[in-house]
Amino acid sequence: MNQPLARQASAERPVAPLLTVRGLSVEFVTRRGSSRALDRVSFDMAPGEILGLVGESGAGKSLSGNAIIGLIDPPGHVVEGEINFEGKRIDNLAPNQMRRLRGRRIAAIFQDPLTSLDPLMRIGDQITETILTHLSMSRAAARARALELLKAVGIPAPEVRIDHYPHQFSGGMRQRVVIALAVCADPKLIIADEPTTALDVSIQAQITALLKTMCREHGTAILLVTHDMGVIADTADRVAVMYAGRLVEIGPIEEVLRSPRHVYTAGLIGSIPSLNRRRERLVQIDGSMPRPGAVPSGCAFAPRCPKRILKCDERPELMPFGNSQVACWRAEESHSYV
Amino acid sequence: MLLLIIKRMANAIFVILAVSLLAFTIFKFLGDPVQLMLNPQATQQERDQLTERLGLNDPVPVQFAKFVFNAARGEFGMSYRNQMPVMEVIAQRFPATFELVLVSSVMALLIGLPLGVFAAIRGGTVMARVFHLISMIGVSVPAFVIGILLILVFSIELKWLPAFGRGKVVDLGFWTTGFLTPSGRAALVMPSISLALFQISFIMRLVTAEMLEVLRTDFIRFAKARGLKARAIYFRHGLRNCMMPVVTMTGMLIGDLIAFTLVTEIVFQWPGMGFLFVQSVQYVDIPVMAAYLMIVCCIFITINLIVDLIYVVVDPRVDQLVRGGGNGH
Ligand SMILES: Nc1ncnc2c1ncn2[C@@H]1O[C@H](COP(=O)(O)OP(=O)(O)OP(=O)(O)O)[C@@H](O)[C@H]1O
Ligand code: SF4
Ligand SMILES: [Mg+2]
Repeated sequence: MNQPLARQASAERPVAPLLTVRGLSVEFVTRRGSSRALDRVSFDMAPGEILGLVGESGAGKSLSGNAIIGLIDPPGHVVEGEINFEGKRIDNLAPNQMRRLRGRRIAAIFQDPLTSLDPLMRIGDQITETILTHLSMSRAAARARALELLKAVGIPAPEVRIDHYPHQFSGGMRQRVVIALAVCADPKLIIADEPTTALDVSIQAQITALLKTMCREHGTAILLVTHDMGVIADTADRVAVMYAGRLVEIGPIEEVLRSPRHVYTAGLIGSIPSLNRRRERLVQIDGSMPRPGAVPSGCAFAPRCPKRILKCDERPELMPFGNSQVACWRAEESHSYV
Repeated sequence: MLLLIIKRMANAIFVILAVSLLAFTIFKFLGDPVQLMLNPQATQQERDQLTERLGLNDPVPVQFAKFVFNAARGEFGMSYRNQMPVMEVIAQRFPATFELVLVSSVMALLIGLPLGVFAAIRGGTVMARVFHLISMIGVSVPAFVIGILLILVFSIELKWLPAFGRGKVVDLGFWTTGFLTPSGRAALVMPSISLALFQISFIMRLVTAEMLEVLRTDFIRFAKARGLKARAIYFRHGLRNCMMPVVTMTGMLIGDLIAFTLVTEIVFQWPGMGFLFVQSVQYVDIPVMAAYLMIVCCIFITINLIVDLIYVVVDPRVDQLVRGGGNGH
């Protein structure tokens, strides 16, 4: 059962994608005009697959996740593109319809478990409240389900802990509760935005593993947002790399790690000790990512790219290479980032 | 919980003692009771007798101890002005003030809370702006101005509501209430509105500010991500998490209300404690003033105690804070 569903399925026949994002752009309107924080992002997710989303801080990872669940903070708004989920368009749903989807079909987990739970409500009540919002069952049945979930996410003595308040749990335990909350209505997609970043290093791996097991058991797909390529290497089926609001490379994790085709991806991988397989000296990408509104019209990475050519003044679109898609004019070459 | 109550009680007793010292000082050094109680033709012997009888020859600490002891039994001596026991005078007036403050506080909460929530959720809409403007007026115009305006419009022009007094009250033996008669209820309307307008506006603004703060938190965002209904998000999770400051401020506001009744009761000739106090200041009726001070102080302390208890009930974290440490792991 540990065989990833996505690849299992694609080996036989193509399955209908769970989620398709097409040409999604998000802009923030400020006093100084509007700035584009997501620029024509497109990707698919298969049912049950784990897609890692990496990139530097400010690349637009959280924004992509928030766009999918319809919770972009104003003044941000979708200006073009569309999002389809389970074959239906969801980016233009009425607020109440979107609400029914949230938590029921698409769940989300945020970075900080310490602040994700309502401090004034017992965790059991928060879980039953969510279950009763989405599923029709008695209060007693919902509580029984909450108890089961707490057991499943590894909370010791759940029959006692169910009546405790969030402040009575440690950070790791709270994130387990948050995971229980996310899966309580059996969603098909979970957007996990840096679910372990705020946690103690020693328990990060446990929580990621728990998330993975819970989802594999129920065939739930995960969009795993992180800036840690190492976590993605251990967890994800595929990886998508973002840079300055654009998706620059997406493909199966082994393929991307073995032969990254975008120069930026190669740099990212080269900068991670555990992934630097050729034992080269760790590389540092010089310069910094442009802010939204100051992104070059050509390849966004061009100002920092050591392999820049004249053609890079023109924006490269995502193009297929092997099982991956890459937006780089020099994608056919193999890069060892030096 | 018990520890909290004991701690607060100890605090309260200390505060009460401090205030009694103040009241006693007024009692002792402001005006000469012997002078005030006897007629000017009294002989020196009569004076000495009275001084002895009032215990004014005892050492000051003994006098203070007696004062506290008597105060604890509700014994504040005789009112100079109408020669009745002070407690009786106050007991007559207390229900009027209590009912006025009660109605005003309930009004402040019932109107202020929903308006505050509305302004936070629908910030930017025309309605929200109108409420905001009204609340600005509410916090900046003094209560007596509003009282006078109300009298002008509703009593003098329209003749809908009585301009002064409590109307017909029903005597329950230990309590006189205006709630049970139509004229009693009509009489309550304008004084309580003029008293409550500030508190309504204040609570509304407080709730709006707190709500906006809470609605930005992660757990509200997560509640949205869980797909909860708007009502659950705004009330069960949003408003509940604003309740601590609201409870505190409401406690303080009720304190303020008691102070503001001084003015409102005069404007509306309301036969309550505030009116009584102002009268006793005019007559230098020192025992009444001292008793008023003590009683208002006790009311403040009781409100504070109640606020603390509500904290414990509303917020599970407070209990743990007070006990020190916790059982998280
Ligand atoms: N509320 C907002 N107002 C204005 N700009 C915003 C807002 N939220 C996000 N942005 C912009 O959108 C861009 C992408 O933000 P996003 O939060 O998606 O980054 P991220 O990739 O998740 O980074 P991080 O690793 O720091 O979480 C940022 O550059 C930021 O400037
Ligand atoms: S398109 Fe050009 S500038 Fe951009 S990453 Fe590829 S080589 Fe570098
Ligand atoms: Mg982010």
